[in-house]
Amino acid sequence: MHNHVEMHGHASLQKKNLYMKHIVIIGSGIAGIETASALTDAGHWVTVIEKEVHVGGKLNNWTYLFPDFTPAEEITKPLFSKFREKDFSFLPNTEIKTVIRNNNKFSIETSGNQQLEADAIVLATGYELFDARRKEEYGYKIYDHVITSFDLEQLFKPEGKLTVAFGKHPKRIAFVHCVGSRDEKSGNHYCSKVCCITGVKQAIELKKRIPEAEIFCFYIDLRMYDKHFEELYRQAQEKYDIQFIRGRLSEASENIDKSLLIKAEDTLSGRPLKMNVDMLVLLVGMEAGEGTTTVARTCGVSCEESGFLKTQDSFLKSNFSDQEGIFLAGSCFAPMSVHDTILHARSAAQEVNDWLKNNN
Amino acid sequence: MKDFGYTVIKQRTIDYDQFDGRLLKEVLEMEPSFKVCLSCGGCTATCSAGDLVSFNIRRMNLMLRRGETFELESEIEKCMLCGKCMLVCPRGINLRNVIMLIKKSILKFKPAKT
Repeated sequence: MHNHVEMHGHASLQKKNLYMKHIVIIGSGIAGIETASALTDAGHWVTVIEKEVHVGGKLNNWTYLFPDFTPAEEITKPLFSKFREKDFSFLPNTEIKTVIRNNNKFSIETSGNQQLEADAIVLATGYELFDARRKEEYGYKIYDHVITSFDLEQLFKPEGKLTVAFGKHPKRIAFVHCVGSRDEKSGNHYCSKVCCITGVKQAIELKKRIPEAEIFCFYIDLRMYDKHFEELYRQAQEKYDIQFIRGRLSEASENIDKSLLIKAEDTLSGRPLKMNVDMLVLLVGMEAGEGTTTVARTCGVSCEESGFLKTQDSFLKSNFSDQEGIFLAGSCFAPMSVHDTILHARSAAQEVNDWLKNNN
Repeated sequence: MKDFGYTVIKQRTIDYDQFDGRLLKEVLEMEPSFKVCLSCGGCTATCSAGDLVSFNIRRMNLMLRRGETFELESEIEKCMLCGKCMLVCPRGINLRNVIMLIKKSILKFKPAKT
């Protein structure tokens, strides 16, 4: 039993004969699973490598999705059933150690000392959330009631409790947009794309749960780029009385009663503004993260300055890394929504399939 | 001449054709980081002077770009050069240098008071 692929055993030998090509996918988040199931459907033998124990990646931690409050489970469930039903190999708790190119094939050695021969590799290593402690001026993990959008999402789960000091509901809540995005001081010059709409979605969700709360969003620009986003923003104003203030928070400080004093410029009135809030939510951005960087190094794939992986051509070849035969799927390429990740993963499968037909 | 109390109202429109960009050009050449301001207002939020007087360091960028050179001269006098704005700026703009450059160059380009 030296590897999991062999464990599926009796099928393994048949696979080598029956299936067209062997594709190794790194990462089993939504991008990895979607690519894997499409390539399996196309008749290939697929092995998915995952460093964690479970499939599903980051989406496992999300409760509702923008822009229509779809429960995240409605996306992960069908994904997991694809995972169970489709005949591909899964190596959990596994990372890749080396990748060596031999003619048209890749020899991959895993952390479990398994040797895999692949005709193509798909990187679906995803992203990491920005560590808000790096923006010390906002006091995350210093002040009690400064939380991130990730933390808030956990509070939306059935077991979550939306309370602040003395078990009271927060009466006034502020959201800070662009935390760790568009910010050279934290090393991320790019826009993470999804936080604007996440903020609007979470503000509405909070208002539904605590109707008496006053909710403010502090933004630099509101980028409602996709279908139904602008409508949700409008709803936030019209139906939920969310107030939008154009100005980036300069700092937060904690009062003796654990409420927070925040400062921003109300840029539209051109005056400094201060306000006490009971809870501060930091809308953290996306980063390529350690996982993606390490895998890129192992595979010899280049990163952009942002840390996200480089493509051959962002219009026509956004699934092609700069290494022939190594493909990209999902947010290891750029920050993207669940919706866009699924599309990017499907197109990755298509590209891999076409490439294998034409190049082998 | 008899004063009938009539005045000619000055147009409020920004007449961009009349824009004198010499000061802006000089400042940007010496401190290119000033080009990338995204008008977030973080600088103004944390400004030590802005709490007390009507000093808005974010608007300095606009005043330069709209040719409000005359107003700019008195505005920058309010800055205490503490540098907190630079700590906060997400784009790493050297605002203190911008103030110093304006101070140095403004006399060259200041229009005659009308």
